[in-house]
Parts: sequence; C-alpha cells; structure tokens
Amino acid sequence: MKRLTALMLTIVFVCMAVLSGCGLSATDNSENSSSTSTASGTTASGSSSTDANGLKVGFIYIGSVGDVGYTYAHDQGRKYLETTLKDKNITTLAVENVPETAEVEKSINNLIDQGCKAIFATSFGYMDFVEKAAKDHPDVKFFHCSGNKSNGTNFVNYFGQIEEGRYLSGIVAGLKTKTNKIGYVAAMQIPEVIRGIDFFTLGVRSVNPDAVVNVKWTNTWYDPQVEKDAATALLNEGNDVIAQHQDSTAAQIAAQEKNAFAIGYNSDSSKAAPKAYLTAPVWNWGVYYVDQVQKILDGTWKAENYLGGMKDGVVDIGPMTDLVDADIKAKVEEAKKKILDGSLNVLAGPIKDQTGAVKIPEGKVMTVEEQQSCKWFVEGVNGKINK
Amino acid sequence: MFRIIKRTDLTKKQSVIFRIIAIFGALVATSIFIMLIGFNPIDVYVSMLDGSFGSTYRFKEAIIQAIPLIITSLGISVAFRMKFWNIGAEGQIIMGAFAASYFALYHSNIPTGLLLLLMFVSAAITGGIWALIPAYFKAKFGTNETLFTLMMNYIAQKFLMYLQYGPWKDPNALGAGKIALFSDNASLPKVFGIHIGWIAAIVLVILMHIFINKTKRGYEIQVIGESENTARYAGMNVKKIILSSILLSGALCGMVGMFQVSGVNHTLSYQVANGVGFTAIITTWLAGLSAPVIVVACFLFAVLQQGGTYIQTAFNIHSSVAQILQGMILFFVLGSEFFIQYKLVRNRSTEHKIGKEAA
Repeated sequence: MKRLTALMLTIVFVCMAVLSGCGLSATDNSENSSSTSTASGTTASGSSSTDANGLKVGFIYIGSVGDVGYTYAHDQGRKYLETTLKDKNITTLAVENVPETAEVEKSINNLIDQGCKAIFATSFGYMDFVEKAAKDHPDVKFFHCSGNKSNGTNFVNYFGQIEEGRYLSGIVAGLKTKTNKIGYVAAMQIPEVIRGIDFFTLGVRSVNPDAVVNVKWTNTWYDPQVEKDAATALLNEGNDVIAQHQDSTAAQIAAQEKNAFAIGYNSDSSKAAPKAYLTAPVWNWGVYYVDQVQKILDGTWKAENYLGGMKDGVVDIGPMTDLVDADIKAKVEEAKKKILDGSLNVLAGPIKDQTGAVKIPEGKVMTVEEQQSCKWFVEGVNGKINK
Repeated sequence: MFRIIKRTDLTKKQSVIFRIIAIFGALVATSIFIMLIGFNPIDVYVSMLDGSFGSTYRFKEAIIQAIPLIITSLGISVAFRMKFWNIGAEGQIIMGAFAASYFALYHSNIPTGLLLLLMFVSAAITGGIWALIPAYFKAKFGTNETLFTLMMNYIAQKFLMYLQYGPWKDPNALGAGKIALFSDNASLPKVFGIHIGWIAAIVLVILMHIFINKTKRGYEIQVIGESENTARYAGMNVKKIILSSILLSGALCGMVGMFQVSGVNHTLSYQVANGVGFTAIITTWLAGLSAPVIVVACFLFAVLQQGGTYIQTAFNIHSSVAQILQGMILFFVLGSEFFIQYKLVRNRSTEHKIGKEAA
C-alpha cells in the first residue's frame, strides 16, 4: 500500500517535471520577466544584467524585512536605490532570513546564478563566506556590511559612524533617567556592538556623570522573545531607560509594558511602542547603495572600504518623540550641530576604560583599526566581555 | 449521520486514482493559498521547477539538497521497519557533524585521506551511539522511543550551541559566535562538481536494498516489524537485533553530519542539520520505507526545496510557500489513506450493528 502511494506520488512529480521541461523553452523568458518585474517593480523587458546600463543587485539579510529594525533599514535602502535609479534599469533581488552559516554561500551562489553582479551582504557573521565567494567569483562585486575584511579588488566592507547617533541617543537617555540606571540589551560580543555601548555611555555621561549603563547579552541578532526577556530583567533591576542593539523592537515593547522609556535602533520604531519610544540611532543605507551602484554603472567604481558619518547622511538620530522634553531636544540638536560642523568628534580622547585607565589619550582619535578591534568597555558601563 | 466502515472492495486501480486525486488536491489547495497572497500559482509552480532544472547550477544545488535527505531516510527506514519510531535523526546528524568537526578543527594536520576517513568513521560511531541511547532504554526499561529520540535532538542542538558560543568559538572572529572554517584538507573531494556524498548515497541505497531484501538480518528486521512475538517464537534475539539495527540507523544519520560539514558547509554550526532529520521522516514515510523509492521521493523534495529558494528571489515570496506545499502533499496523501481503507456510509439504524469502528 504505502509503497504504491510513494510510487504514485513520484510518478505525478515526474510528470510535473516533464511537463515543465516541455515548457522550459518558453520559461526562459518568463523567468527573466517574472524575476525582474515582480521583484523590482521596474518594467525591464526580459533583459539580463549584461545590458548596456543595467545591473542586477542582490541583498542578503539576516532577518526579515518586517522586523522594523536592522533588516528593515537595509531594505529601505534597497527600495531607495530602486526608486532613485529607476530609469537606469536597476533590478534588485533580496533574500531574507539567511543565517550566518554556509547558507550565506548558497544564497550568494543563487543570486549570482540569477544574474546579480553586485551583492550586499548585510551581517557581520557573513564575512568569511563573502570573502570566499569573492575569490570564487572575481566578476561580481561584494559589499560586506560591518566587517573588517576586504581584498582590494572585488570585496569591500562598509559601515557608518553610528557611534555619532549612539552618542546623541545617549544624551537623551542620560537626561531622561531618574534612577541613573540605564539598561542595554546587546546582541553579540563583537566590536561593533561593544562600540555602540561605549559611545552610547559616553553620550549618557556627557550630561549625567552619575548614570551607569547595565548590559545584558542575548547572543542572538533576532529573537524577539529572548530580547524582551533580557529587557524585562533589566527593568526589574531598576533601569528606567532601555537601549538596545538588536534587530527587533522587542526591548522597546518591554519598556512600554513596564512604563519605562526606550531608545530604539536602526529605524524609527515609534509605532511599535508609542508610550516608551524616545528616539533611535538610525541608518540611511540608501545613500551608500545609490552612490556605489551609480559608480559601477559609470565605470568609476573602486574597491574602497567605507565608513561614513552623519555628514554623509548614512547615520543620523531619528526624530525625537513628544516624550522627549524640549530642553533635552535642544541639547541634542546642539550636539548634533557640533558633530556636523566638526567641533565635536565623539571618537576623540580622553576615553577611559572600565578600570579607569586611559585608552584614548587627549588629543588622539580612535582609529578605524582600534574601532574594528574594540574589545573593552568605557567607564560607566556595568557589564562583562568574555575573553 | 455518517458511519465509517472498513472497505475491502477497492481495486488497485481505484486506490491509485484516490492518490492521484489527493496530490492534485494538495496542488489545488496550495494554489488557493498562493492566489490569496496575490500570485499566479501556475507561474509559481513553473518557476519552482525552473529553479531546480533551469540551469546546471540549480540542478546541482537540488542534488546537494537531496544527498542528506536520502542517506538520512535510509537510516530512518531501518528503524521504522521495526516500528521503532526514530524521530531523532536531526540530533544524530548533529552529533555526527560534531565528531567529524572535532577532527577537522583540531587534527587538521593529518593527511587528507586519513583525516576524511577518521571524520567519517567517528561521525558514524557518534551518530550511532546517540541513537543507541534511547534504544537501550527502550529495550531495558520500555521507555517511549518517540519522545526520547525527539528530546535527544534538543540536547544535541543545545550542546553544539554551547560549543559554538563557548569553547569552540573562532578566536579570530572578534567575539562573534561562530566556529572557524575548516582547512582544505578536511573538505570532501568533488566529482562532477558535487561533493562525493552523492556517490556514497547511491552506494548506500544499493547496499540497503540488498541488506533488507537479501540478508538474514534484513529478513529478521522485517519479521520483527510485522510481529515481535513471531520473531521471538522463531528464536530470534529481538533485543539484540533492535539494538544493532538502531546503531546502524543512527550511524547512517551520523554520516550525513560528516557529509554536510565536510562537503557543503566547511564549518560547523548548531544549525547544521537544518531540519533534514525531520523532512527525512516525511520522505521515508512517503517512500514506503523502500530504499529505491526513497531516492525518488528525496530528490523530488529537494526539488521542492530548491524551487522554494528560487521563488523567494524570483517572486519576492517567502520560501516557506514550498514548505506549505510539502505539508499539503503529506496531509492529503495521508488523508487519502483513510478513504482507501474506509468508506463513509449514510446511517441507517438496521445496519448500525454491522458498522465496525467509529473514528
């Protein structure tokens, strides 16, 4: 009986396969038109990436575009790229929920198979797989977000000086807290996250030297339940403002449930927790994506790593909600103006670590290398980094 | 209103028709879903097939997905033949991958051939032991193997998670929770662009077919599956046969772990099994536990998966649509089984006593 079931099942499948095989000659163009028209909304006429001025660009995301966080911010950048370069025959393909495993390599190969000539891989843990893919596909350009590797020919890394946004959001938190205890839900113990905590804390302490920032690690980029539990634990310990470095809005929601305040990350998430959300350091990736793709189209692209700041518009502090008092807003705007005109450099010393030792002396600025290998907390952080 | 009675009147031809209807039912039901989210189901189905057969690369990808499914299904089929419900293939794959990775990461200076052999053997042994634990408890204390093997999956996965974020963390990853990439001499060689796991899969299928149908032990396994008492009456050492066969079942799954880390991933992560252990239960069942049919069923599921990945970028719809289709097919085929064995009859009081069993 069962054997027969399986046999029938397989026969039907084979029939399907054969049928589609017959249709394959016709499928050839339907494949192109379907992928170009539906994925991008542009009306490319079944053309491939080899067109005179046209380019298929692939994006690989760690989370879902619906996370209203990190992946959402990148996807907004992708959409911005599409609308800005609408008449340049740009097609974008995106793959969501790609874990930091060999899946990365597979997703890259799938995108290349579908004609992508430029690929933006947007999570730190993708780095080694992207490096390998760049070696295997010298004709494809690879952009890896937040890492520290590159090969000088077709593999670059890009990131932004989000520390500026972190610093400004720290000012908001430092002035808003009543208990002088601020909680911070943090994903992974990597330099990017550690730096975020450090410069947030420096922002806090620039206006409130008594406040401390308590850190809880989640070991996950995206797991709303774990993130929320960590935030709730911090709230129960007396922290009354919660900041976070995660891909979802779970920490903000936890803060709202406990009548506390929250600083978001990545994008404006005021809708997720309207009674708690104050502001957030935000990304405008589209600026960079348009710039790079335009350069590829013009033939002026060079393999250069990128670290843009508030001046470029890649990073910013999101709109502050009505929960932020006018005098706090004024302080933030003032600091922002100083960052933009260059009179305030958040990366400049003196910066002390947790033990009180001076890490960045006065008159020095944290270098890119120091940023990319930063494994220490500044004074005022209450948390531990595993060796 | 209705009664359910056992039917014996169905010809082979009729039951075949039932099953064809079931599969079309699954396709239609999934079509409705696809339409609801705003796409043309025919387009989606066609491009799913295009995603698996449209280019050599896509076809190879489908094969690479089929390899772990086939070998795992073979392992599961041995256990299922004895009505030992091994739901723990996922964990057995993980533990096999763990053992193989130990040698790949910490003894990478051994020459390639020997290193691969060590990885292979240790993976098979570790996977086998992971399966043997619940089998032993079942034989000794009569524990429920379904729950036991299922729970062993979570232990294996959390253990790897611990390794990945703890002692095995790549020191060069600046704190990111990942294990280092293997060196080249821990990578399986490729034949026709696909790691040699595909040759192993073919060989194992043939061996399994011979083992079950032509050897004494294979015959014993089949007898135990039909009736343990018969086996006992015939003088078989049932416990010993079950234990050794489950060791084989787990060993096959463990090998899959080695093929995945060495042939595909070139590193270890706690997501290494990626649901293969569960999907293989479906394919094993659909294949009626028969080794040659397993190849076909697994390949078609691999096509579904590869096609699912493809439609994600081609249509911007989630690859889980493919999983929905898989689930629908299983649901409808198992459902049709009911209508093949039973029929519904309008209730009349006189016939009431004749009715056999009600659901």
